[in-house]
Amino acid sequence: MDIPFLYETLLKLLTGVPLTLQLASSSVGLGAILAVMLALARLSGLRLLIWPASFYVFIFRSTPLLVQIFLIYHGLGQFHAVRASFLWPILREPYWCALIALTLNTAAYACEIVRGALLSVPPGQIEAARACGMSPFTLYRRIVFPLALRHALPGYGNEFILMIKSTALASIITLMEVTGLAAELISESFRAIEILIVAAATYLFINFTITRLVLWAEYTLSADLRPPPVTQRQGGSL
Amino acid sequence: MTDPTKPAVRLTELRKSFGAFEVLKGISLEAMEGDVVSILGASGSGKSTMLRCINMLEMPDSGQIEVGVEAIRLTKAGGTDKRQLQRLRASIGMVFQNFNLWSHMTILENLIEAPIHVQKRPRADCVAEAEALLEKVGIAEKRNHYPAHLSGGQQQRAAIARALAQHPKVMLFDEPTSALDPELVGEVLRVMRALAEEGRTMLVVTHEMSFARDVSSKIVFLHKGAIEVEGSPQDMFAAGGSDCFRQFLSGGNGLN
Repeated sequence: MDIPFLYETLLKLLTGVPLTLQLASSSVGLGAILAVMLALARLSGLRLLIWPASFYVFIFRSTPLLVQIFLIYHGLGQFHAVRASFLWPILREPYWCALIALTLNTAAYACEIVRGALLSVPPGQIEAARACGMSPFTLYRRIVFPLALRHALPGYGNEFILMIKSTALASIITLMEVTGLAAELISESFRAIEILIVAAATYLFINFTITRLVLWAEYTLSADLRPPPVTQRQGGSL
Repeated sequence: MTDPTKPAVRLTELRKSFGAFEVLKGISLEAMEGDVVSILGASGSGKSTMLRCINMLEMPDSGQIEVGVEAIRLTKAGGTDKRQLQRLRASIGMVFQNFNLWSHMTILENLIEAPIHVQKRPRADCVAEAEALLEKVGIAEKRNHYPAHLSGGQQQRAAIARALAQHPKVMLFDEPTSALDPELVGEVLRVMRALAEEGRTMLVVTHEMSFARDVSSKIVFLHKGAIEVEGSPQDMFAAGGSDCFRQFLSGGNGLN
């Protein structure tokens, strides 16, 4: 094994990590906002909102992310109206196209995670909040969202990990994130196996960290599922 | 503080249907300040629905609801004045059969939630008062526990304390002991009895006959969505009442 070469490769690939993380976290963050809106639309009981939201989820879940990226990057530029519009400076940049595609895609999956989480909030606890005189805004902010978040976390952690890996597709439209850099290095050195193994290890490490972070978040948010504080038990009150 | 000549809750000709089934067939009821009204009736008689109409968790189809001197305004479209409703709800304490404590908050956080975020009272006051209330219902040492760590009886006492923390003018109890193991019923009833002795206005849907007989100032018996008979516990449990009520007492509902 050529350790110096592996090390050198790692150093080069690490320069792509910030872009990978940036793409993944921005798209997951923006996608979450969109997902909550889509989920609320789907649960609104208004056909005018349910139908478009369901259609959106159907379209973005049922087509490949790669095709979506191509459609936004190559496809939109075909239309003169797009090229003439004020959005063109954004839509001609591969970075923004990748970010938009990733965001729209993750929103569709996350919508279903959020919808399931919202449905899991016990109706009795919502009723208790209404009976206290909470406004709908306070009710969502203080009761519904905190409870839903606890249900959404495991599924959302999954989605975040998937998104880290999905950013690799952005290399197809010239972005030099980890996979893009790896492809470049391979074309220079033809040492595909070593470079790809280092690239895979890089993703592995990122996702290991994210898994830990999600576990930590789950732990801190689930004090109610663990045994009560020990100090109280020693007091003999139980 | 309480004035037994002032009405605390007044329902007039309340009607409510679920689909084709009419649950409430024109109910009129008045509770004065300091009254403890026990609402009895077989299951399906509409007693819970009636109680839930008072704070509009259930929307009546027609009729009028007054809390204190204020009538809940209903719009033509079947809606309500949202701000008024939220303000009135904050002055009505509700205790549910299944406690409905917020599971992601500790007991203390449950108690201070509405006072801080609905009534906008200073946090320090709310905490001090909440601790006193927990002391009063006998679970002060559970303040930092989560609802899941408490027994049913403790949860229900916490739920009563949560309702009291909002300084309610009226307390509504919707079968507060029905979900409890028999040995836990007593501790909740003791707390409710203490509240009644303080002169709090309470409307209680219950199957606890001893509570209804000994604690309440008025008993209302619902049968098939209408008030079949009402009166003081003495009258109701003595010769008074109706055939239907006597049948109910003698175990017709399978609960006694």
